[in-house]
Amino acid sequence: MSYFAFLSEHGPTMLFGTVTTIKVLVCSTILYVIISLIFGLMRLSKNPIIQGTATVYIEFFRGTSLLVQLFWFYYVLPFFGLTLEAFTAGVVAIGMNFGAYGAEIVRGGILAVPKGQWEGAFALNFTPAKRMRKIIIPQIFPIILPPAANLTVELLKATALVALVTVVDLTFEAKQINSITWLSAQCFGTALLIYYMISRFFLVPFLRWLEVLAARKVGKDKI
Amino acid sequence: MNAEWRWDFAIEILPQMLLATLNTILAAGIGYAIAAAVGLLFLLGQRTPIKIVNMINREIVEFIRSTPLLIQLFFVYFVLPQFGITLSAWVCGMITIGLHFGTYLSEVYRGALEGVPKTQWEACRALNFSSFYTYRKIVLPQAFPIAIPGMGNYLVGIFKDTPLLSTIGVAELFHAATAVGGYHYRYLEPYTIVGLIFLTLSIPAAMWIRKIEKNVNLAQGKIKKEQL
Repeated sequence: MSYFAFLSEHGPTMLFGTVTTIKVLVCSTILYVIISLIFGLMRLSKNPIIQGTATVYIEFFRGTSLLVQLFWFYYVLPFFGLTLEAFTAGVVAIGMNFGAYGAEIVRGGILAVPKGQWEGAFALNFTPAKRMRKIIIPQIFPIILPPAANLTVELLKATALVALVTVVDLTFEAKQINSITWLSAQCFGTALLIYYMISRFFLVPFLRWLEVLAARKVGKDKI
Repeated sequence: MNAEWRWDFAIEILPQMLLATLNTILAAGIGYAIAAAVGLLFLLGQRTPIKIVNMINREIVEFIRSTPLLIQLFFVYFVLPQFGITLSAWVCGMITIGLHFGTYLSEVYRGALEGVPKTQWEACRALNFSSFYTYRKIVLPQAFPIAIPGMGNYLVGIFKDTPLLSTIGVAELFHAATAVGGYHYRYLEPYTIVGLIFLTLSIPAAMWIRKIEKNVNLAQGKIKKEQL
């Protein structure tokens, strides 16, 4: 069977899986961005309870493996009466895992805002909330976006794991086609290429564009 | 199914899990050793003065880095037999992890070499040191401490990615948990124990790496003792 015949027969199935993969990617990216912002801020709180909660959360999710967390969400939570759909479990596990990594990036970004900005806001008698919202947060984006972009590419790769909790994504379809046709080189090779193309031609250019945008917003693009 | 945590069951399966943990640690160790060597090869490809080699090397690294480890595992495990090479799951897993993380480690090495100030290279050139002598006596002793934190992080990273090996049937910790869970039809205890074992191993490791990182920064004068 030639590769083109393979593509014409199984291409649509793989594309269907790719759509699911992109859905998982988008949903878990949104979730991880929100979680990292919240926990990154909590980590810098002076209140020991809030800070402790964030630290425990981050250490817990960074200390265990994503696959273990994913299986825990999917197979163990039903024991506690909370049954998640496979797709939801996948998105929540990936979002929470990467949120923990992202929170550390956000924390680093906030600490990297020059001291003069903090002092300026203090001198102008801004409330702490207003200082964060109006002065500090807008400036962290050019700092955090390059490491966050790396993390997002890692997230795209991590979405492959949801296939193991029966989400019908690209990896799942590739495995399925492999078990029917035994054309392993074709189906896994195609899957690898699709992941590569998503990352190289869509995700990375989009993230670079965001970086440029963020730099322009704070007037750092001229340097 | 009820949510009760059964201690007797947890204790009953614990020895089996701890035994499987040894396999996980072994897998992480071997995988890391291969990755460290492969990283050197990629670094070599990057630094050779032949343009075409650099280009091919960069594309390979880029490709391996932006595709999921899981599918790479499947690819190696299922495709190689089609070409008449039948390897055990263990060997396939180790090769894939070595290749995948080798690309990351080559970046760590590159960063470390670039972290050595340019003046050091120039001084060696001025003193007419051979390039072997330059690397051995001047550059590597300075580059190695810079590379330690990154190398340590990927050791923990490999350790946390070893559960993926269970998908091709390597009998490591996660595989054992799934097997035990399936046998008794109780997943609460096995998966929770796996999580706890990972936590107890990776948090001290991460703390240890952070401590080394601090010491390295101290030794290089990047931070002062009062700042700690």
